[in-house]
Amino acid sequence: MSNIIVLVKQVPDTNARIVLSGDRVDLSAVKKVMSPYDEFAVETALQHREANGGEVTAITVGDAGADKVLKDAKAIGVDHIVRIDCDEALDSNALQSVLAEAVKNMNATVVYCGKSAADTGAGSTGPGLAERLGWASVSNSTAVSFGEQLSVVTPAGGGNARYAVPLPAVVSCDKGNLKVRKPNVKGIMQAKRAQVDVQSIAAPQSSVTVVSHSMPPAKPAGKSYEGGAAAADVAKLLRDEANVI
Amino acid sequence: MTETIVLAEITKGAVHPTTAELITAAQKLGSQPIVVVPCTDASIADIAASYAGSARVIAAKSDVFSNYDAAGWAAALDAVAPSGVLIASASPQSKDLAARIAARRGISVVQDVVKIDGNNLTSPIYSGKAMQTVAIDGDAAITVRPNVFDAVSSDGSADVSVVDTTGDVATAVMEIMERASSRLDVAEANIIISGGRGMGSPDNFVHLEAVADTLGAAVGASRAAVDTWEAIPHSMQVGQTGKTVNPNLYIAVGISGAIQHLAGMRSSKYIVAINKDADAPIFQHADYGIVATWEEALPVLQSTLSSMMA
Ligand SMILES: Cc1cc2nc3c(=O)[nH]c(=O)nc-3n(C[C@H](O)[C@H](O)[C@H](O)COP(=O)(O)OP(=O)(O)OC[C@H]3O[C@@H](n4cnc5c(N)ncnc54)[C@H](O)[C@@H]3O)c2cc1C
Ligand SMILES: Nc1ncnc2c1ncn2[C@@H]1O[C@H](COP(=O)(O)O)[C@@H](O)[C@H]1O
Repeated sequence: MSNIIVLVKQVPDTNARIVLSGDRVDLSAVKKVMSPYDEFAVETALQHREANGGEVTAITVGDAGADKVLKDAKAIGVDHIVRIDCDEALDSNALQSVLAEAVKNMNATVVYCGKSAADTGAGSTGPGLAERLGWASVSNSTAVSFGEQLSVVTPAGGGNARYAVPLPAVVSCDKGNLKVRKPNVKGIMQAKRAQVDVQSIAAPQSSVTVVSHSMPPAKPAGKSYEGGAAAADVAKLLRDEANVI
Repeated sequence: MTETIVLAEITKGAVHPTTAELITAAQKLGSQPIVVVPCTDASIADIAASYAGSARVIAAKSDVFSNYDAAGWAAALDAVAPSGVLIASASPQSKDLAARIAARRGISVVQDVVKIDGNNLTSPIYSGKAMQTVAIDGDAAITVRPNVFDAVSSDGSADVSVVDTTGDVATAVMEIMERASSRLDVAEANIIISGGRGMGSPDNFVHLEAVADTLGAAVGASRAAVDTWEAIPHSMQVGQTGKTVNPNLYIAVGISGAIQHLAGMRSSKYIVAINKDADAPIFQHADYGIVATWEEALPVLQSTLSSMMA
């Protein structure tokens, strides 16, 4: 029986326009969704349960608004949903400390997470959490098979490598060939009724603080051409003006 | 003054030239870094010694470094460089390693830095739709995007010391799976030419491959191409749910420029777009935009490039 944990985070929909209010990003009008890679982590966690038995617990660290992604995970088939209540921005050290504490309390076999969150783009949480727990980790997995230990495929040295990964371990998930399952009506009904287990864990002080947000520097308008023959001019400009070939 | 450690970027058993950009990043934080080279054979550190501006070079020698294992590498490197601001490249492997070392030391990690101003570090967030500037207080691990900072010159002659180190390896490589094609991966290439749904059929990717061969480029794809055609693998996908790339030159062919595609390539130094629709959003991000079908434009591009390269 495995005790499988999956980390899910709520982020702005990837189609959303990001706007500033003063020198901070203003997300008040933005639709929020489960971070895309976390969907692959949930799928992998469910496959682990199907292969080895056990239960899947989805955890998020966030405020009450983040309950929605937990319900989404529940609708797809996770057994338990846990929110570590937190309404402040945490740096990576603080976030991972909180998660490490939560995972230790649950006597887990394995943790799956996204390879990076769509807001931070960082990819720090999986390996950082593993180090704090003293566990093995593999990042950016594209295929996982389940047994006494895991067998995980991940990019390495220009190709791929298959790793034997002893449990307990943290695996951060890329898409690979995964097809994520969709919730069915029963799942959606169960999710509506499901209780979020809200926990509180004190976070250490952050030593990385946000100074400001800004828009990406505007790119000067490029040159534009009509017709395929212009490709010859562009090729020359790439050599003589841009110096990139 | 901040003490800084540059972690040399290793690819295929050698120090990657992007390491010289990491020294510039360290200098912007106000210090002459110590460059640490993870190796099984200390002679690979010599090239790092030729990068100007470092205080010295440590060849951290261990069998641990023969295959990547996050736990083993973090332990072995932490033993050699236990303090200071750690600076590594924002490659997938080094981002993973930096996060692991930071956690080992109980400090934070700031990934994908593109600007350093005193203790203020700027990185893209929301897939490049906005930028975030943070201040670090004390030690941190930092990864720096390639092709952003200038490389230091290679007329240096730093001292190299060899330090034996070790760490407990957690995972074991069972199988190395070479890519079926000998093509460069988009994550490693300095030039990328990508095709989208506008290519019409996966068979037409041979025209992209021809240009790629001329330029020594990698071939990428949009998600629409990957999802529509079996023959185009996900490993080629650039974007939000594919790879984030930062090449010197990105050529987008038959790609509309959806926000999720831009997320993976908008920070490329130069962008060329070939698309038959003058209103395609990709043109707003192109340095050179060609409104034409690929059937018209690619043969001209290919023949001009091959005569230029000859
Ligand atoms: C959560 C999420 C994640 C996503 N992740 C990614 C991702 O990682 N990467 C990604 O790319 N997309 C991603 N997408 C999909 C994205 O929204 C777009 O659907 C996709 O990028 C479109 O691909 P495309 O430009 O090839 O196709 P289209 O949008 O169909 O564009 C085809 C283009 O080809 C042009 N064209 C047609 N014929 C020719 C011709 N003969 N010559 C020249 N031009 C021609 C057309 O004018 C058009 O502009 C994601 C979407 C979501 C919701
Ligand atoms: N606040 C959070 N709550 C739960 N999981 C998180 C949180 N932040 C990050 N994660 C997980 O860690 C992954 C990588 O996040 P990041 O390190 O920010 O790129 C995400 O895809 C999630 O699976």
